[in-house]
Amino acid sequence: MLLITCPWCGPRDEAEYHYGGQAHVPYPERPADLDDEQWAAYVFYRDNPKGPFAERWMHSTGCRRWFNVLRDTVSYEVLASYRLDAPRPELPQAGGNR
Amino acid sequence: MAEPTDTSPVALRTSPLAHLADRMRTAAVTGARGVTLAERPFLTMVNLRLDPASEAADRVAKTLGAPLPRECGHTTASGPHTAVWLGPDEWLVLSEPPIDTAELRQALAGDPGSVVDVSANRTTLELSGPAARQVLEKGCRLDLHPRAFGPGRALSTTVGPVPALLWQLDDAPTYRLLPRSSFADYLARWLIDAMSEYRGPEVP
Ligand SMILES: [Zn+2]
Repeated sequence: MLLITCPWCGPRDEAEYHYGGQAHVPYPERPADLDDEQWAAYVFYRDNPKGPFAERWMHSTGCRRWFNVLRDTVSYEVLASYRLDAPRPELPQAGGNR
Repeated sequence: MAEPTDTSPVALRTSPLAHLADRMRTAAVTGARGVTLAERPFLTMVNLRLDPASEAADRVAKTLGAPLPRECGHTTASGPHTAVWLGPDEWLVLSEPPIDTAELRQALAGDPGSVVDVSANRTTLELSGPAARQVLEKGCRLDLHPRAFGPGRALSTTVGPVPALLWQLDDAPTYRLLPRSSFADYLARWLIDAMSEYRGPEVP
């Protein structure tokens, strides 16, 4: 069971949330200009990384707000959660010299 | 059959748990592990949405007589009204007597936001007694220990499989649970079942 921290409500059980897929997928600026292949890429194609993944979650039985979570798809560890108007947080890199 | 003499909407209304009133009464447990359950029907509930930083928020607070709570889990009370935090721009105002929504709408004065009477959306269950917290802990994942939760706190969560607003009134402890009306029957039966254990002696 995951413990996810809602930016508004704090840490709550996974069962209080709904999953919303990959985060930071912008709606096309001019959808009418897209051909079928480009439209299909927008609608159906998502990243599937091994490691940190930014995804949308919704606190459905709590404050009913959408927010973003950075989750490791290998360990399922929730690395960060942040509001929709916040940028994807930078992760401290192990052994990095940032 | 005799014609009903009072046909006003108030006289004709039936609460979502009227059919379980007897079952809830007989489920009561007395003593050191006591716990009681009852419906508190027909509370007035008004859903409020507005920008908490706006002047409209100040005007609405003035009308209600108390500032709107700004943090998850907090409530503010003024006379018969209690405002419960539902989200960063959403509150539920609860009251025993009816609330004049027109007055609140006037306070909004056309600014972005909404004032909607949602009294029929939920009903209210009152669970009280020394064993009340243990009953809830069978199916609520929140930390209800006094160090984390107490009188005047309210949170949206899940009790059993039912989403509900959970509001603690006092140290008895007394809790109010506000599920959607259509889930109330299930939640009341779930609570009656969870309460039955405290009738017997404590298993060491
Ligand atoms: Zn939340």
